[in-house]
Amino acid sequence: MSKRWSNTLFVFGAFIFFLAVPWLALGIVGSTYITQLLVQAMFFGIVALSLNLLLGYLGLPSLGHAAYMGIGAYTVAICITKFHMGIVPACLMAMLVAASAAALFGLVALRAKEVYFLMITLALGMLVWGLAYRWVSMTSGDNGISLVSRPQIGPFPLDNINNYYYFAFAVFCLCFYILYRIKISPFGHSLVGIKESESRMRTLGYNCWVHKYICFIIAGFFSGVAGILFIFYNLFISPSTLELITNLEALLMVSLGGPGTVAGPFIGAIFIVFLKDFVSIYTERWLIILGSMYILIMLYAPNGLMEAFKIVRNFFFRKFFSKE
Amino acid sequence: MNFLIMQTFYGVSYAALLFLLASGLSLIFGVMRIVNLAHGSYYLLAGYVAYTTIKVTQNFFMGILVGVAAIALVGIFMERVFLRKVSGYNLGQVLVTVGFALIFQDLALLIWGGDPFTIEAPKLFSGSLVLGRIYFPKYRVFMIVVAVIVGTGLWLFERKTKAGAIIRAAVDNVEMARGMGINAPMVSMGVYALGAGVAGIAGVVGGGFLSIYPGLDFEILPYAFVVVILGGRGSLEGAMLGSLIVGLVDNFGKSLFPELSYFTVFAPMVVMLAVRPMGLFGKS
Repeated sequence: MSKRWSNTLFVFGAFIFFLAVPWLALGIVGSTYITQLLVQAMFFGIVALSLNLLLGYLGLPSLGHAAYMGIGAYTVAICITKFHMGIVPACLMAMLVAASAAALFGLVALRAKEVYFLMITLALGMLVWGLAYRWVSMTSGDNGISLVSRPQIGPFPLDNINNYYYFAFAVFCLCFYILYRIKISPFGHSLVGIKESESRMRTLGYNCWVHKYICFIIAGFFSGVAGILFIFYNLFISPSTLELITNLEALLMVSLGGPGTVAGPFIGAIFIVFLKDFVSIYTERWLIILGSMYILIMLYAPNGLMEAFKIVRNFFFRKFFSKE
Repeated sequence: MNFLIMQTFYGVSYAALLFLLASGLSLIFGVMRIVNLAHGSYYLLAGYVAYTTIKVTQNFFMGILVGVAAIALVGIFMERVFLRKVSGYNLGQVLVTVGFALIFQDLALLIWGGDPFTIEAPKLFSGSLVLGRIYFPKYRVFMIVVAVIVGTGLWLFERKTKAGAIIRAAVDNVEMARGMGINAPMVSMGVYALGAGVAGIAGVVGGGFLSIYPGLDFEILPYAFVVVILGGRGSLEGAMLGSLIVGLVDNFGKSLFPELSYFTVFAPMVVMLAVRPMGLFGKS
C-alpha cells in the first residue's frame, strides 16, 4: 500500500510543480528562461519516453530515434511553407508521415538484432539527415526552413512562452499517460516478455515480430508528435537537428534516466537539457562532456540515475509515510 | 561510353577508400563483436595528424606513418583501458565507443579548428593518366593501388600466417579459441590496433581526396556500416565486395540523382537485409 501511495503522491506533487513553473520562474528568477528550458525538456522528454518503448521494454537500442522528431518537424514546416496547409492538417500530416517512416524503417531495422539493430538505426537516422541535407528542393538544404509565428489556440496566442509551456505540458501529459497505459497493458507486458526471452514468447504463441513492429511504429509516432512541439517552439528546422548528436542525446536521456522505468527518461531529458544549457554558459565543449558522460554511465551506472533516485525515494517514504 | 568508364573508375576508386575504412571495422566487429562507432573518428583523426605531420616534415609518406601509428596507439589505449571493462556487454561497449567518438570530434575541433583541410599529395600523384580520350586522375589510381596493397597484405596475413589463423579462430568461436590456449585478450588488442591502423590509412589517403572537416567522421561512418552489413561480419572478401557495391552505387547515384545521393547508398543494404541478413560472406 505504502509504495502505491508514495507513487500517487509523487505524481500529484510533480504535476502541481510543473503547473506552477511559469509563476515560480517569474517570481523567483524573474525570467521565463527556466520555462523555456522546460519546454525543450518536454519535447525531448517525449522522444526519450517513446525511445524507452524500444530500449526499455523491447531491449532494442535505436540510434536513430530523434530522426522521427526531425521528420515530424520537417513535415510541419514543409506543409505550411511549401504547400500552404493549415496548422491542424500540417500537424496531422506530421504524425502520419512520422508513423509511416517508422513503418517503413521498421521493416528493415527489425530484421536485425542487438548491435546490428544499432548499426541499422544509425544508418537510417543518417539517411534522414542526408535527405534533409541534399533534397534541397523540398527541405531547402543547409539553410533549413523557418516558420513565421506560432499558432493561436482559442484566445491564447502560443507566441507567449507561458501559453506555449502549458500547451507543451498538456501534450506531454497526454503522451506520458498513453505511453504509461501501453506499459501496463497486456501488450506492454508481452514486449517485456519478448525482451526477456523471444523464443519462449514464440512458443507461447505470440507473434513477436508483429509486437515489435507495432511498438516500433508507436515509438516513431510519438517522436513525430515531439517534432510538432519542436518546430513550433524553435520555428526553425535544419539538418543540424538531425545530426547523430541529437540521436545520441536521446539515447543518453533514456540510459541516464533508466531504461524500462516509467518516468526515468523524462528526468533524463530534463537533466540533459539543463546540463547542456548550463555547460554552454562556461564552455563550448559540450560534446566532450556528453562523450564523457556516455563512458562514465556505461562503466559505472548502466541502469541509470533512476535506480539511485528510487533508492533515495523509497528510503524517504519509508521513513515518513509508512505505517509498517 | 566515356561517361560509363569514367563513372565506374570514380566509383571503384571511392570503393578503394571505403574498403580501407570498412575492412578494419569488419575485423573489429568480427573478432570482438564491437560495433566501433569511433571508427569514423579514427579516419578523421588520422587525416588531421597526417596533415600536421606533412606540414612539418614536407613528406607525404611520413604523414601516413605517423598518422597510422598515432591512431593504432589510440586504439590500443581505448581497448586496454576502457572497452575491456565492459566486455561481454554489447550495448555498453558500443556506447563507450560513441562517447569516444564525441570526445575525439570535439578535441579535433579544438585543436584544428573548423576549417576544412586537404592533405597535399606528392607531385608524383598530381595530374592525370591519359588513356585514349579519357583522363584518369593519378591520385585516384594511387588510392586503388593502396587499397589493393593493404587488401592483399591483410589477406596474406589472415590466410598464411599463424597470427592470422588465430584471428580466424577467434572470429569463428572465441570461447573455443580460448579453450585451445589462445590468449584472447591479446588477440583483441592486436585486432583492435590493426583495425584502427587500417582506418588510419584510409584517413590519410582519403584526406588528399575528400577534404578533412569536422563532422566527416559521422558522415562517413554509415558508409562503412553499409559495407559491413553487405559483406558480412569479419569477412575480408565481404568488405571488398561490399565496398565495390557501395562505391559504385554511391557514385552513379550522385551523378544520376544528385538530390537523393545519400539515399541511394542505403538501397543495397535494405535489399541485403531482406534477402540475406548475415551479409554476403557472413556466417549466421
